[in-house]
Amino acid sequence: MLGDFFSRAIVAGIGLAAVTGPLGCFVVWRRMAYFGDTMAHSALLGVAISILLSVNMTLGVFAVAALVAGALLLLQRQNTLSTDALLGILSHSSLAVGLVLVGFLTQIRIDLMGFLFGDILAVSMEDIAIIYGGGAAILALLALYWRPLLAATVSPELAEAEGLNPEVSRILLMLLMASVIAIAMKLVGVMLITSLLIIPAATARRLSATPEMMAVAAAGVGVAAVVGGLYGSLTWDTASGPSIVVAALLIFLVSLAVPTARLFGRRESHGA
Amino acid sequence: MDMRAKGETLITLINAGVKSGGRVLVEGVDLSIARGEIVTLIGPNGSGKSTTAKMATGVLKPSMGKVTRKSGLRIGYVPQKLSIDWTLPLTVERLMTLTGHFSRAEIDAALAAVGAGRLLHAAVQELSGGEFQRVLFARAMIRKPDLLVLDEPVQGVDFSGEVALYELVRQIRDTTQAGILMISHDLHVVMAETDTVICLNGHVCCRGTPAAVKRSPEYLALFGARAADTLAIYEHHHDHEHHDDGCVVGRHGEHEHPHGHVHHDNLAQNHAR
Repeated sequence: MLGDFFSRAIVAGIGLAAVTGPLGCFVVWRRMAYFGDTMAHSALLGVAISILLSVNMTLGVFAVAALVAGALLLLQRQNTLSTDALLGILSHSSLAVGLVLVGFLTQIRIDLMGFLFGDILAVSMEDIAIIYGGGAAILALLALYWRPLLAATVSPELAEAEGLNPEVSRILLMLLMASVIAIAMKLVGVMLITSLLIIPAATARRLSATPEMMAVAAAGVGVAAVVGGLYGSLTWDTASGPSIVVAALLIFLVSLAVPTARLFGRRESHGA
Repeated sequence: MDMRAKGETLITLINAGVKSGGRVLVEGVDLSIARGEIVTLIGPNGSGKSTTAKMATGVLKPSMGKVTRKSGLRIGYVPQKLSIDWTLPLTVERLMTLTGHFSRAEIDAALAAVGAGRLLHAAVQELSGGEFQRVLFARAMIRKPDLLVLDEPVQGVDFSGEVALYELVRQIRDTTQAGILMISHDLHVVMAETDTVICLNGHVCCRGTPAAVKRSPEYLALFGARAADTLAIYEHHHDHEHHDDGCVVGRHGEHEHPHGHVHHDNLAQNHAR
């Protein structure tokens, strides 16, 4: 079944969507969309550094994304520039430094478009192994630390007062995001990764009454977007990565029409 | 310090303080909380109320002095003005298990105890200010805490809701014998049943019963003379009586009056409710 490139793309995409859905919920809840973008943009710098130092690219991208996240945490403590401005600086400068470094790597031909927008149709069996292995690890960590992660998201003060450590939760989320970026880069590229985190989660919100429902629904929406997008790209011969994002957007737009606002959150009429 | 502290002592701070980045946030705090006791921290913004509470709960380590806690102390926390983003779908039922696992029966009982039983399936974003506070009380109490920490518990709640919430605090104290640490920058209402009010401004500037503190010169200097006029003390009228100096007597018997009994004249303002 995994013999042809299209089946491999579908399998890889589904594996990725199953992870970006639940993790994306935290990105939406904690308003980390721009933060995710910044980490994703730094992935190109990770690629360049990995080639320069001849280290594994997935590890290199993970390390650089985690370092950028750490740098942001340290800069935030300085209390000088706003987080917004800091993100803008880190996001675009890491992308620019990455592009400049890639330009220096003249001895190797680099498919820049592939890194920027992904090439899901070129995934190998090894890539699929990385996606499912890494994805399973990320989902396991999310499930294991779900309660403290959620409590820290609802109220860091409350979590802290009741004996949890919201700072650890924050760092764990950043590391998980860096991992997802590292395994997703080949599939959808650094420019589109955050869309897979945010659009399915935002879509799932309207269909869910609890955080757990939203995480599962986001994974489902992501899977539907991957399948729909890939079949669309096959049918109309469009770029595969962007087609997946367009499919996700279409599902989101359709979900806006679903009148769910009063579906959940009802009060019982009896009692006092 | 407080002769009435019956029951087990939960937390003791001795001359405790916190320095951060060379700046003293708060220092010289002596405070103890026992079971069934209500301690209220008041003071302007930045006076060290939250820092003191964080030292007490163990979130912050004291950089000066000493803090001791009963081992295995279980804390329930009611945060100030928690706003939950629409993007996070959260029902009251799910909120109840935010930091621990509880059965449906325990959840029902905890919500019923605060009169919020019918809100079980409601989305938290749809609750009114008072309803949400009640649910947050239930969420903290379901943990069966030894110590309940209330951070500005009546902020954003209207006056009748405020009175009802104080009644709830009293009930919780009576039925569970939890120690209660309350933080308030809103001085308009301080529970009369607070055993000790500690007025902070980077250090302890005065302490005592609510009635005594509102007359102390340090309190008046900090908050201005008008503060004493506007400081209404919420009193529960059914189970105690008042001395003519406005102090509450009853359950606990004798009071100490560190600031003297000199002001017998403006009693009427206590009852301006």
